[in-house]
Amino acid sequence: MDPVTSTPSLEVAGLAYAYPDGHQALFGVDLTVGQGERVALLGPNGAGKTTLVLHLNGILTGGVGSVSVAGLPVEKRNLAEIRRRVGIVFQDPDDQLFMPTVREDVAFGPAAAGMRGAELEERVRTALDQVGMADFADRPPHHLSFGQRRRVAVATVLAMRPEILVLDEPSSNLDPASRRELADILRSLDVTVLMVTHDLPYALELCPRSVVLSEGAIAADGRTRELLCDDELMRAHRLELPFGFDPRTPLLTRPAH
Amino acid sequence: MGAGHAHKLYRHGHSPVHGLPPHCKLAATLAFVVVVVSTPREAVWAFGLYAALLAAVAAVARIPAGFLLRRLLIEVPFVAFAVLMPFVAEGERVQVLGMSLSVSGLWGAWNVLAKGTLGVAASVLLASTTELRALLLGLQRLKLPPLLVQIASFMIRYGDVISDEMRRMSIARRSRGFEASGIRHWGVLAKTAGALFIRSYERGERVYLAMVSRGYAGSMPVIDEVAATRAQWAYASVLPVTALAVCLMGWTL
Amino acid sequence: MHVPDGFINAPVSVAAGAVAAAAVAVSLRGARRELDERTAPLAGLVAAFIFAVQMLNFPVAAGTSGHLLGGALAAILVGPYTGVLCVSVVLLMQGILFADGGLTALGVNVTVMGVVTVVVAYAIFRGLLGILPPTRRSVTVAAFVGALLSVPAAAAAFTAVYAVGGTTDVPIGKVITAMVGVHVLIGIGEAAITAATVGAVIAVRPDLVHGARGLTAPLKLRVDGALVDAPAAAGAPAAAGAGAGSTKKVWATGLVTALVLAGFVSFYASADPDGLEKVAADKGIDEKVEEHAAADSPLADYGVKDVDDARLSGGLAGVIGVGVTVVAGTGIFWAVRRRRTEDLTATATSVSAG
Repeated sequence: MDPVTSTPSLEVAGLAYAYPDGHQALFGVDLTVGQGERVALLGPNGAGKTTLVLHLNGILTGGVGSVSVAGLPVEKRNLAEIRRRVGIVFQDPDDQLFMPTVREDVAFGPAAAGMRGAELEERVRTALDQVGMADFADRPPHHLSFGQRRRVAVATVLAMRPEILVLDEPSSNLDPASRRELADILRSLDVTVLMVTHDLPYALELCPRSVVLSEGAIAADGRTRELLCDDELMRAHRLELPFGFDPRTPLLTRPAH
Repeated sequence: MGAGHAHKLYRHGHSPVHGLPPHCKLAATLAFVVVVVSTPREAVWAFGLYAALLAAVAAVARIPAGFLLRRLLIEVPFVAFAVLMPFVAEGERVQVLGMSLSVSGLWGAWNVLAKGTLGVAASVLLASTTELRALLLGLQRLKLPPLLVQIASFMIRYGDVISDEMRRMSIARRSRGFEASGIRHWGVLAKTAGALFIRSYERGERVYLAMVSRGYAGSMPVIDEVAATRAQWAYASVLPVTALAVCLMGWTL
Repeated sequence: MHVPDGFINAPVSVAAGAVAAAAVAVSLRGARRELDERTAPLAGLVAAFIFAVQMLNFPVAAGTSGHLLGGALAAILVGPYTGVLCVSVVLLMQGILFADGGLTALGVNVTVMGVVTVVVAYAIFRGLLGILPPTRRSVTVAAFVGALLSVPAAAAAFTAVYAVGGTTDVPIGKVITAMVGVHVLIGIGEAAITAATVGAVIAVRPDLVHGARGLTAPLKLRVDGALVDAPAAAGAPAAAGAGAGSTKKVWATGLVTALVLAGFVSFYASADPDGLEKVAADKGIDEKVEEHAAADSPLADYGVKDVDDARLSGGLAGVIGVGVTVVAGTGIFWAVRRRRTEDLTATATSVSAG
């Protein structure tokens, strides 16, 4: 990867985009995520979060502005490398796990990049170990629990050794135990993380820094705790804290950062 | 989430039949059924021998008879059709229990029943000793077009997901006091089907995005290769070759 | 309608297998053109959908219920090529996994239930769309008629296969009367559900209905809070003309396909047995001698049996007649009512004449 450690993992500048039907979703997004950072991307429904995510690996292109991943601009000629560097974990693990067995699904990304044989096996095993799912390698994905499927979905992306891990609503539909297990896994990874979420306590637990995307532009960028304590900001962007949750109370399990 | 059809069809085991490469088993099953279909229906004893052959395979594969017989029920609609044949077919007629039956109709009914049942039994044995995934690999190995195998594997992967969505919609309907009981409810069922199609198609688009995000560029990477040794081919061919011998005897005797 | 092993003799099964393989090969190329590299996931999901929908039983009357075949629905929703592919994959999997339909009868099943239903439904659907006004209601109506006729067409095709390769000499006249009669009833259910399903999809995601891609709503402008039609662009008349031309081409293709199919079916259903009868008459073989010979010759199973020719052609003429009447009648009705261009009325009239 890039030897210069100061190169940010992700650099988005002036990104604006309108869908072919004319609906404009992004109105100039600027966002820089440094290497090894864990950043939460908060925002109400329809703020353009998914549109932004689909720009990060070049599935959507053609608007104004630029995106680059570890210094490499997202352009047509770089797409193969960009998609290896940006690992997106989609919201519904059933969409992500499309192969007949867990092992084949995790192998899909590296194999598409041309990896074969023992090296591929090794890559798959490591990725499954990272999420604690090595024992399930030969199971069909639809025989796993939802939480297990979400973890395998993370593994499918980790197998590609991404520069940045992008998670779309990682905590949705998880029971409290699976939620905690996933948090432990994410904290143990040595990789840049951008986490799109509505789950404000989860953002606070995992991400020291948060940005608020509202109406297609970044409305706030700062330390997660400070943002969550700013009642006016939260209200203005339809971000509501769950009942009984007070971000001012110190967490028992403090993030490592 | 409901357990897949895989559970109902496949019977886990470690028998020699389970261990054979899938494409050998597919080829053997197909060859066996072709031989059965080409056997003259007058050679009644030959069909008895075929049934004995399949029973032997089931014994080697340790598939219980009850399991096999239950799965044979899929044939019932055509049994009904076969029962009608002696009544409607033409030609010479015989009196059985006071009913006038056509001789050729009786032969026809026997023909369909015997061959159909053996065909179903062979397919059931194949499906209960071979995992879904392996069957798909076997089909690919037998030179079925890769795109067709991919479509089939996506269908298998998402068959349960879509059926579950349908079941949930049906539960939602019934929870609101709706029971489909006649023609006037077709509209509701069609709306369900429409919603199901939209969900399926949109999921297809999302799956495509997930594939592209992991470097898919039009062709599936080869991850698993199945290969068969000469011995395995020989072992798998025991069934169709024996059947062929029976068939040839049927023609000559 | 899944045909088991032993129902159709070996040579005809092999021939049907070749027809099915060719149709699938053509569809694979066609689907790739329609869907590009999204073919595998999209066709796979649509196949899963059809698989699920075939389990959706619709109640018909007290105690009885039918289920959707799905060929017409697939053709209209995702296009004929992808439709053939999806239905074929479903049949393949049902044959191998569920033993539903014999392995040796796979070709027959794919040809009858996959290819014939899809082609007939789609040809009639496009044909009707060509002459109906371009509205959503027309799409639903065309879907209804296409699905309605696709089921008896499949039954007729099955009878044709049976006439050539059936292993029992059930009089073909009886077979076709029973098959087509029953399947017209099933067709009504299929048609109602297909049309309503297409209608439901079109109401929410019109862009997903392959057969309705030609429909484009005029652009609206928001003026003082009210929606008004945007003024047509300068190039619009020319574009409309081109559009009508291409629809007509599609319509003509549909009609030709339908005729070719009808010809194919009636050829096998009538010409072949005629030939056999002629041979029998020339050689002075009476019925009993033929039967006796059949008992001795091992190949007897594979001969073409006697066919009640008059009833057969009657049944076929009925199906085709119904089709043409519906197509032409609906066409004239709409053409007159909507006072469409002379051009289209002429087309519709020529249908009723032909």
